[in-house]
Amino acid sequence: MIVGTQKPIEEIWEMVKEFKRVLVYGCNTCVAICHAGGGKEAEIIASMIRMKAIEEGREMDVNHAAIERHCEPEFFEPLMEDVKTYDLVLSTACGVGVNFLTQRIGEIPVYPGINTSFYGGVPQAGVFTELCGGCGNCILHLTGGICPIVRCSKSLLNGPCGGTNKGKCEVSDQVDCAWYLIVERMKQLGTLEKLLEIQPPKNWATGTHGGPRRVVLEHIAELEEKEEKAKAEVKK
Amino acid sequence: MKSGSNLERVILSGNPAVTAELGPPMSASPDEVVHKAHTLKGFCDAANITDCQTAVVRISSIAAAFIAYREGLEPVMQMTCRDRNRIAMQADLLGAAALGLKNCLCIAGDHQKFGAAGKLKGHPGAKNVYDVDTTQLVGILRKMRDEGLQEGGDKIEVAPKFFVGASWTPMGDPMDFRPYNLKKKVDAGADFIQTQGIYDMELFKSQVEKARNLGILEKTALLAGIIVPKSAMMLKYMDSSVAGVSVPRPLIDRMMKAKDAAGDDKKKAKELQEEEGMKIAVELIHQALEIPGVKGVHVQAIEWESAIEKIVKAAGLYPRPNIAEA
Repeated sequence: MIVGTQKPIEEIWEMVKEFKRVLVYGCNTCVAICHAGGGKEAEIIASMIRMKAIEEGREMDVNHAAIERHCEPEFFEPLMEDVKTYDLVLSTACGVGVNFLTQRIGEIPVYPGINTSFYGGVPQAGVFTELCGGCGNCILHLTGGICPIVRCSKSLLNGPCGGTNKGKCEVSDQVDCAWYLIVERMKQLGTLEKLLEIQPPKNWATGTHGGPRRVVLEHIAELEEKEEKAKAEVKK
Repeated sequence: MKSGSNLERVILSGNPAVTAELGPPMSASPDEVVHKAHTLKGFCDAANITDCQTAVVRISSIAAAFIAYREGLEPVMQMTCRDRNRIAMQADLLGAAALGLKNCLCIAGDHQKFGAAGKLKGHPGAKNVYDVDTTQLVGILRKMRDEGLQEGGDKIEVAPKFFVGASWTPMGDPMDFRPYNLKKKVDAGADFIQTQGIYDMELFKSQVEKARNLGILEKTALLAGIIVPKSAMMLKYMDSSVAGVSVPRPLIDRMMKAKDAAGDDKKKAKELQEEEGMKIAVELIHQALEIPGVKGVHVQAIEWESAIEKIVKAAGLYPRPNIAEA
């Protein structure tokens, strides 16, 4: 899932204080699980903004709402007319949601209420760890299911650097050395010899370094188009 | 001859090679590099010029290497994977070769969060690169030299002829993978290897033996890293905090004894510890050179370049061989 963390209320206040009608708009999928931007958090942020407004003597109308997902258009539809009555939407969805709503909302600004952090998992309640770099060219079958792109602080592809200390990364003793984990896992699987093959320089163009990415599934897009047409025919 | 560098010639001659280290300053003045170059000249076959070590901005390795070269000290320029993508790396390698540099050590580089182990501000918020890793960088240098091709495949008019090096932390974890890690660097094209500082020679010996059994030590020149101990405190710190370094208790005890012998006299304590440290370094050099497959030593006297002359002489490694260019 996408992991996010709340922005400090001071930073949020600086963003929103000049607006009269503000909607704090939560997303009930990933960012709700990490307690950053679901409906509950949107409600809390909205009341914190109202308190700030009272403190500073500003007249503001601050409300909150939430939908299941901010990354697919159909989820927006039921609330869109209402959303468009605000001066500002403070989205507590991930950055995808902020961008996606921006493309659909017309002239109303959409500001980020959270910091979108990474793709991660929840090893225990309240703990989130980064596990995938979204590089667009997965090699997890070569590294025992442990991602060196994002779990190694140097994205090394051919083994550990000299900074591994007691299984931890030189960056912090709170961070596991990914290559330590990879070697241990490959030993467990009996496939250590796979690591002896030299991995050539990676083509990063499939990641964020090749410009904005787009995936098109021709057959699905065509099918959708056909269905739309058929519906239109029936209406006629 | 791959590069014709002095280091390569000494290694080929079969003499034990000696490399040292020169850390460039946080300064725009060449003076310190010039001074250190003169201190080291004649006492090593080549000196590594570190590339913003501990992720702190200093005179770039290539520029400082060129200053050293101009002063008559053969440099080993270093290139970290932290600061450059493959375009900048290859451009700098062409430039370095055009300036006359002939040795290059490829390293991952300390993470920018490291910032001189917290002693300086550094740039912990910097964006790192790591477009390629050490093994891949070694392969790029080899490809440029031997095939006259850039990583992307474009032809190079005049290929840069580097003697290609890589580092090795034999006792870092996961320790059983380290010999294989070395094999990958050698297979990629590393002509010489400089190791992390070694104090535990027995453990080092067993790791070298594993590497030898992989059949890679005939293909590369392994130079054992010797970090000259300066004080008991430094040894304790290295033992507890530096990755891949363990210091046997008797060595720490020897330094403690040297320190205690001075009583309350701090100046004397420093002198006695430095003296003992140099003795330890000489012993380590002798022990390392006895290990089959070790072809030389990489002696680092960190911010203490003046120690190199005494150590190299005491180790019986002076004068350095003068092997004429073919």
